[in-house]
Amino acid sequence: MVDINELKMIATQVRRDIVRMVHKCQSGHPGGSLGCTDFLVALYFHHLKHDPGFNIDGPGEDLFFLSNGHISPVWYSVLARSGYFDVKELGTFRTLNSRLQGHPATHEKLPGIRIASGSLGQGLSVAIGAALSKKLNGDKHTIFSLHGDGELQEGQIWEAAMFAAHNKVDNLISTIDVNGQQIDGPTDRVLSLGNLRAKWEAFGWDVLAMHGNEMEDVLRVLEEAKQRLGKGKPVMILMKTNMGHGVDFMMGSHHWHGIAPNDEQLQNALLQLHSTLKDF
Amino acid sequence: MSAETIETKRFTYSEKKDTRSGFGAGLLEAGKRNPNVVALCADLIGSLKMNDFIKAFPERFVQIGIAEANMMGIAAGMTIGGKIPFTGTFANFSTGRVYDQIRQSIAYSGKNVKICASHAGLTLGEDGATHQILEDIGMMKMLPGMTVINPCDYNQTKAATLAIADFVGPVYLRFGRPVVPVFTDADQRFEIGKAWKVKDGRDVSIFATGHLVWEAIQALDELERLGIDAEIINIHTIKPLDEHAVLTSVEKTRCVVSAEEHNRIGGLGDSIAQLLIKHRPVPMEYVAVDDSFGESGKPDQLMKKYKLDAANIVLQVQKVLKRK
Repeated sequence: MVDINELKMIATQVRRDIVRMVHKCQSGHPGGSLGCTDFLVALYFHHLKHDPGFNIDGPGEDLFFLSNGHISPVWYSVLARSGYFDVKELGTFRTLNSRLQGHPATHEKLPGIRIASGSLGQGLSVAIGAALSKKLNGDKHTIFSLHGDGELQEGQIWEAAMFAAHNKVDNLISTIDVNGQQIDGPTDRVLSLGNLRAKWEAFGWDVLAMHGNEMEDVLRVLEEAKQRLGKGKPVMILMKTNMGHGVDFMMGSHHWHGIAPNDEQLQNALLQLHSTLKDF
Repeated sequence: MSAETIETKRFTYSEKKDTRSGFGAGLLEAGKRNPNVVALCADLIGSLKMNDFIKAFPERFVQIGIAEANMMGIAAGMTIGGKIPFTGTFANFSTGRVYDQIRQSIAYSGKNVKICASHAGLTLGEDGATHQILEDIGMMKMLPGMTVINPCDYNQTKAATLAIADFVGPVYLRFGRPVVPVFTDADQRFEIGKAWKVKDGRDVSIFATGHLVWEAIQALDELERLGIDAEIINIHTIKPLDEHAVLTSVEKTRCVVSAEEHNRIGGLGDSIAQLLIKHRPVPMEYVAVDDSFGESGKPDQLMKKYKLDAANIVLQVQKVLKRK
């Protein structure tokens, strides 16, 4: 049975990890990482059937793919806290000879990562490929993927969207982090995404909406999404989040997309995020 | 009659076939041998000769539609779970169009994808420069960990297709559209990275790849008439280059002509030149497209106009011998 308070506690620690990692190397992407923390915690600590012993082929497991690779801090923290590698290693993020590259990679063989991402727009195709592989192998487990909303400006996403519906890839649950922000400003000002629900439905997907920073809603909608698998349609969750959620001065602006807090800002942030597990 | 002439006679041929059909036959055979082999195509099944594979293994074929970027991503994803994806489209759309997808999702991620590219080079013919890629070998060989193969005829392409199915790692396999002489053995064993000495010789080393191997053989009669004893080596694997074969040959001949259906910048010639500069600097000339785009025309007309033929091989051999 899921303990929501425990998940929230883990999420708080993951947020601490994120700001401490980014502060330590003075680079990285805290905004989107903080926004997607509740989702990734709910996934890895409740919904995903996975083995931190890590087999890159993942037979008999659910697999997760991060397409918006720049939010690597949240993924690394969640992987470490799930037991894929020692949490101490989080302190090496973005430094020379680290397995925790700026963007996720398989090259250094970090457990938990199955493909490189960072150059945007490629992860949905990859997730679909892994889903086809599961079907061919008679493996009934599910593929999950996460994408940024700005990433939807890449054409390859829509190639993949069309393909998944046509080919009834119904063992796939994709989620879009709809935080409405990208590097140069609000998505509405840079390049409007329009009516995302209408777009994905028109492309033939089964679309759900979720409040990505309310743990109860995340758990409920992910459960609902799983119920919709195997019905001939890929499943899309439009997840509304606040960029920078959990740290008041980082919230709701594209300003914290890709910059690190200074010492004072770090202390301010940590005051808002009490340590629940041991810091790395 | 000299020994070399007898050697040359071995390369008579009884039929002409396209190298892409060698790929199609190899793919079918690879599919029979290994249930993990899957094929993907971006709306060019007939051009890539994938029909027989699809007929035999419909559930292991993925029609992508005209969306090559998506094809490369799906192929990369399918390797997770143990599939061995063979992607099929024209060389232009297999490389330049999807370079970043290949770079991140396949090469950097070390995925076991076989990028199979037809209609490479000028011999695509009438469609013209938009489709005649002459930069693909360069782009693909620059990717760390990428194996680059450009076989010379139907039989070699079939054998190469089987070999890459057994090899673990990303591969770029380049072949073409026109029918060309079938002059290599039907039951050959293809060893990735191992050059094939077509003919022994003392005076000059001709390193040829793809369709230019037959042109080099065609040049032999004229070279003999001129009293030149040329060595011909088929470099079917451009990366990793068979450095030992190149250096051993050059140690004897002390001069080189490279021959390829590719831009002179970034192709086989540059790989050889780079090796020679480091280990055995000798005079070298290129038979390649001189940093230009192609144009519409019949394959043989184009090969002649862009000097990718036996006549230019003879000319470049004479030129390099004077520099020896």
